[in-house]
Amino acid sequence: MSEKYSFSLTTFSPSGKLVQIEYAIKTVSEGSACLGIKVSAGVVLVAEKHLPALADASSIEKVCTVSPVCGVTFSGLAPDFATLCRKARKQCQVYNTLYGHYPACPAVVRQVSDTMQEYTQSGGVRPFGISCLFAGTGSPGGTGALFQLDPAGSAFEWKATAIGKHSVARQAFLEKRYAQAMSIDDTVSTALLVLKDGFEGQMSARNVEIGIYTTRDNAFRTLTDSETREYIAAI
Amino acid sequence: MSIMAYNGAAIMAMKGKNCVAIAADTRFGIQAQTVSTKFQKIFELGPRLYIGLAGLATDVQTVSERLKFRVNLYELRENRRVKPKTLLSVVSNLLYERRFGPYFVEPVIAGLDDVTSEPFVASLDLIGCPMVTEDFVVSGTCSEQMYGMCESVWSPDLDPDQLFEAISQALLNAADRDAVSGWGAVVHIIEKDKVTTRTLKARMD
Repeated sequence: MSEKYSFSLTTFSPSGKLVQIEYAIKTVSEGSACLGIKVSAGVVLVAEKHLPALADASSIEKVCTVSPVCGVTFSGLAPDFATLCRKARKQCQVYNTLYGHYPACPAVVRQVSDTMQEYTQSGGVRPFGISCLFAGTGSPGGTGALFQLDPAGSAFEWKATAIGKHSVARQAFLEKRYAQAMSIDDTVSTALLVLKDGFEGQMSARNVEIGIYTTRDNAFRTLTDSETREYIAAI
Repeated sequence: MSIMAYNGAAIMAMKGKNCVAIAADTRFGIQAQTVSTKFQKIFELGPRLYIGLAGLATDVQTVSERLKFRVNLYELRENRRVKPKTLLSVVSNLLYERRFGPYFVEPVIAGLDDVTSEPFVASLDLIGCPMVTEDFVVSGTCSEQMYGMCESVWSPDLDPDQLFEAISQALLNAADRDAVSGWGAVVHIIEKDKVTTRTLKARMD
């Protein structure tokens, strides 16, 4: 199969655009939403899980731990995310073997963005149909960082952002609500409030996932169902 | 004849109060024949970070070059200076990559953390086993003599001048008891705001 497709499937249009990437971005904007908020105390990731009524919620992971100091969530095609997550986890371990500590967020993002870019300029492959949000430490011993990666592999650092469905409205909401000095609890509540705007149905631990990076502990973890339920009840 | 004793070397590093010192002899010899008295065995990898390499001279040069390559790329990618502890991991990895055909070097690292200025000394064996100590590290053909001298002259929290005296005496007297070490010596005293490099007047035999 690879002999027949040794040319890149992502090619320029006469107007100078890479339409495959544009289409991938469209896939992302129709995918289930997620958002991230960075404050001095850390970074919060919140994601919406769109599940049919009989689906087992625990089998679907939207917020993933890439290393003890970095986590990621996405909007778009779930299998593409699983592949990238697996690659990112391995890259973190390789880095840890080489340097004796886990990479900070910018280093992880750099490697994942290289991978995503490869898939826009290689034979027989299509771009990843996801945009992801990385949360983790900004530099060894420093405060948190929040990065977005789009299907082209471009990285953007954000204070707060929303991607996926209804992202435009949620982004506007975030701009109004953002404050750098919020506590982690307040940040989670704000994130859930923003997610609630335009949310289909009732928010519950079944269709919302939360991941938190705290500067104080220099650690990222995903919340349990009961912790998620508590936060949702509090808003 | 051991390959680690083919060229001969005496290298040591010591911790002081908010400073570190690293010293080495400067002989380059081929078995009994001394060829140069100005051979570099200590290399700068950052403004407050030095590595000394004892062992086969060709590997001393190759390892220092290949290590600089890796450190340069790291600093470009990460946009910051490499920390002493991280350098220890990098060197360990570089050496273990050649586990079954190793570089014949035994490195010694001395430096101050780029952010906290915390003193750091460490050494590794030729296949990358790292060892971090709180006092001193030695490496070379006269390591037993150097251990004896360091144990005698070192005490904790020496200031830069006292540290200079201690490391110089330790190195000179140990190297004088070894046929293939000596023929000149160099000492670097690394402090938060400066590095002082001095060449010692050594026995040229």
